[in-house]
Amino acid sequence: MPRIAGVDIPNDKRVVTSLTYIYGIGPAISREVLKEAQIEEHVKAKDLTEDEVSRLAGIIDRNYQVEGQLRRSLQSNIARLRDIGCYRGYRHRRGLPVRGQRTRSNARTRKGPKKTVAGKKGVKELARG
Amino acid sequence: MARSQKKGPYVDERLYGKVIVAKESGSHMPIRTWSRSCTIVPEFIGHKFAVHNGKAFIEVLVTEDKVGHKLGEFSVTRTFKGHSGGGKR
Repeated sequence: MPRIAGVDIPNDKRVVTSLTYIYGIGPAISREVLKEAQIEEHVKAKDLTEDEVSRLAGIIDRNYQVEGQLRRSLQSNIARLRDIGCYRGYRHRRGLPVRGQRTRSNARTRKGPKKTVAGKKGVKELARG
Repeated sequence: MARSQKKGPYVDERLYGKVIVAKESGSHMPIRTWSRSCTIVPEFIGHKFAVHNGKAFIEVLVTEDKVGHKLGEFSVTRTFKGHSGGGKR
């Protein structure tokens, strides 16, 4: 199995798809990379030659932030928002949605599992049902 | 939708003028403003603003990494002191 961008070992799918197993590379960037490397999208990842693999690795290394590096830069962006005391930083600190979504209902991805509050509307029905 | 690039960032003209004047006179008095939607530009660095949040003026000291944000982002308009009845357990 070819090894690109550190730990990533895509499998025996088409190269376009297997490249997307790298964090930071989706279908669009995957296409761009293959175009630049002049490799057909439909080749299976296992059929890539050594040279092709290193070409892909080179292109990704040079032009894109992937994996740990990308994760780190995302984290530092959030840390910056937290530090400067702006509204978005405050929402990150509170674990609430940052982009103005409603929180009266939903927002479960940010808020985590439901915490039932006694006396709130709908609690009785829940207990009975 | 994002603002058109052609227009550049929105900066309150009058506020901008006041900052320039304050800079020249070396004044460090916070500038009172209601212009929450005004973008922070590099000229504002090191200056203090008192940004209205609908009730009071919150002091905001502009530092380098606040550039590009709006003044209002640093002056919270809501007060949330937690839900009632959280005392038990």
